[in-house]
Amino acid sequence: MSEKIKRRDFLHGAVTTAAIMATVGTGLVRPRLALADDVQGWPAKAFDAKTLSEALKGAGVPVTVPASSKVHLSVPTIAENGGAVPLSVDVDSPMTADDYIETIYLFVDKNPLPLASQFNFTPANGKASMQERIKMAKTSSVRVVAKTNKGELLGAVKLVKVTVGGCG
Amino acid sequence: MAENIGHPMTRMPSSAKKGEIIEVRSLILHPMTTGLSKDKAGKIIPAHFIQTVDVTFNDKPLMNVDWSTAISANPFLAFKMRAEETGTLSIRWKDNKGGDWSAQAKITVS
Repeated sequence: MSEKIKRRDFLHGAVTTAAIMATVGTGLVRPRLALADDVQGWPAKAFDAKTLSEALKGAGVPVTVPASSKVHLSVPTIAENGGAVPLSVDVDSPMTADDYIETIYLFVDKNPLPLASQFNFTPANGKASMQERIKMAKTSSVRVVAKTNKGELLGAVKLVKVTVGGCG
Repeated sequence: MAENIGHPMTRMPSSAKKGEIIEVRSLILHPMTTGLSKDKAGKIIPAHFIQTVDVTFNDKPLMNVDWSTAISANPFLAFKMRAEETGTLSIRWKDNKGGDWSAQAKITVS
């Protein structure tokens, strides 16, 4: 009897291990955060991308987005402290149920992980506008992509010179 | 370090005219570590950062924000809202280690 139980425990353990191995193998478990639990809905694929092209792809944004005078990106030309670079983005839009800015993506081209933030708006915002402070590892372009509810993409790019990097 | 976390704050005008666009500002204490840097002993400091910010007004979703480790420590966030009715705005921050904080502000719309 006791032997049977032992055998069952052993088999159960083996099956579980095999299942974990299979999950790791298919890439469902990302090694970096194997012990952490990402918040539900957080788009890990785009945020974990290590190059700009992968990050754009992960966010579903094409490599070239036409610059638009509707997108107002405000960043310092020279940032003395890369640890806290103040940034604001305003996009001209009526923000009605039929025509509004759905998402604003922010990329820092030369950061180790280029996608910095993703803002999802609703018409109730009244204005597609945001302010935050970001870290920049070194001198880099800062890239904003705004997406309307109809899927139209509007871009803006600005270069920020960083004196002391802030990703350390 | 551990006690310097949380204390969420949010500020907006206490009153507005219907249809007016107002600014909401918020701040929370958080280390926002990247997982790329090392401490004095040479050990990697694990990534610990806020991943999502959810904003609701009178329990209806207003907007949500997804953040990476590239957001500065003690994240500041400001955005706009069209004041349509009297009520309560609520902001909820969640990090990658189960941290969960929220802050509220009230507005009277006339």
